Amino acid sequence: MADIAVVEKKEAIKFGKKERKLLTDPLDDNNPITVQVLGICSALAVTTGMKNAAVMAVAVVFVCLFSNVITSALRKRIPKQVRMIVQLVIIATLVTVVELTLKAYAFESYKQLSVFIGLIITNCIVMGRLEAFAMANRPYESALDGLGNGIGYGIILLIVAFFREFFGKGEIFGAKIIGAAPEYIVNTAAEGSWMGWYQGNNLMVLFPSAMFVIAVLIWAHRAWNPKLVDIS
Amino acid sequence: MGDLLNIFIKSAFIENLALAYFLGMCSYLAVSKTVKTAFGLGLAVIFVLGITMPINWVINTYLLGENGIFGMDLTFLRFILFIAVIASMVQLVEMVVEKYSPSLYNSLGIFLPLITVNCAILGGSLFMVSKEYNFPEAVAFGLGGGFGWFLAIIAIAAIREKIKYSDVPAPMRGLGMAFLLTGLMGMAFMGLMGIDPAAF
Repeated sequence: MADIAVVEKKEAIKFGKKERKLLTDPLDDNNPITVQVLGICSALAVTTGMKNAAVMAVAVVFVCLFSNVITSALRKRIPKQVRMIVQLVIIATLVTVVELTLKAYAFESYKQLSVFIGLIITNCIVMGRLEAFAMANRPYESALDGLGNGIGYGIILLIVAFFREFFGKGEIFGAKIIGAAPEYIVNTAAEGSWMGWYQGNNLMVLFPSAMFVIAVLIWAHRAWNPKLVDIS
Repeated sequence: MGDLLNIFIKSAFIENLALAYFLGMCSYLAVSKTVKTAFGLGLAVIFVLGITMPINWVINTYLLGENGIFGMDLTFLRFILFIAVIASMVQLVEMVVEKYSPSLYNSLGIFLPLITVNCAILGGSLFMVSKEYNFPEAVAFGLGGGFGWFLAIIAIAAIREKIKYSDVPAPMRGLGMAFLLTGLMGMAFMGLMGIDPAAF
């Protein structure tokens, strides 16, 4: 009876309909922020400017992708009781890689983001995917899932940051677009810039506004995709 | 004693982890559909915060500090050690809840392991470090922070239970309203920030 070997089904690595669904599902039907509601904390904290949001999005895509692949490769060797600690060590290692890379090549962003880069460790979306997907699937599918979720997260981050920076400071990527300022790029006429009457709305820079922007985003998303509407 | 009470009230209301710093939002939004589950999660957070804060204080002071047993500055290890302590404590809570209250375990679902990545826990420990509290103060801060988070999640759960009977536009039902309400509650709590804590 001992010689009943467990034969693992080997499937060829391919990119078919199922794989494409893994990649595109988190962008729309299963979006990390607007549908799964994971990783809200950093979405609130880093979205005061587009630049910070972009760096954060790239960092999360990287951590999400590689933590999914590593956990999936190790999934049969991780005992169930200590799985969370193992997952956290994997995430913490990757976050350290991101932090040191930023420190070396993008010191300016590193200085602005340092606390929030550390908080990727506690970003629920990374660990949520490890628990829900990577622990039960092969590395290839997990890679697609991690990539999709990272991108779905990053897109929302950039949209929220756009509204907050634009209406809060009248800027995009730190460049003045509307409102009176000494250095505007749209209209450099001597008196009054484009929409020079616009006064930056300070509420948009504060935390509650991120809540309002995400709420409106959810509204728009569900109006556009009615099957997501909460019927309970 | 008055100082400790002051820290407790301050961390529970004025610097509320959920509504003033927006920490721990993931589980806050996902588990606040009914007061019953919110109550369970709130208690778990108080418990984990109350345990991890003193342990992390001891680790930070006696292991990582320059006056600790290794006699050198090891603070770069702070994140990993803090998260390891939190993860093991959460695993402990998970095992206890699974054994003694399977119904609560089932209703909390994936969000029990996610307390580990509840930013309120790690954030609380980091605040404790940056504010340079001593041991009793750290305990008071942990319990107060947990209590504040507990109150916030109970409040939003109660509002969400009531708002089910309102005629909300369909796409806004559930999650959308939860975000909007949290934003409004956050604005209200920003008013508390203006209160002088010395008045307590």
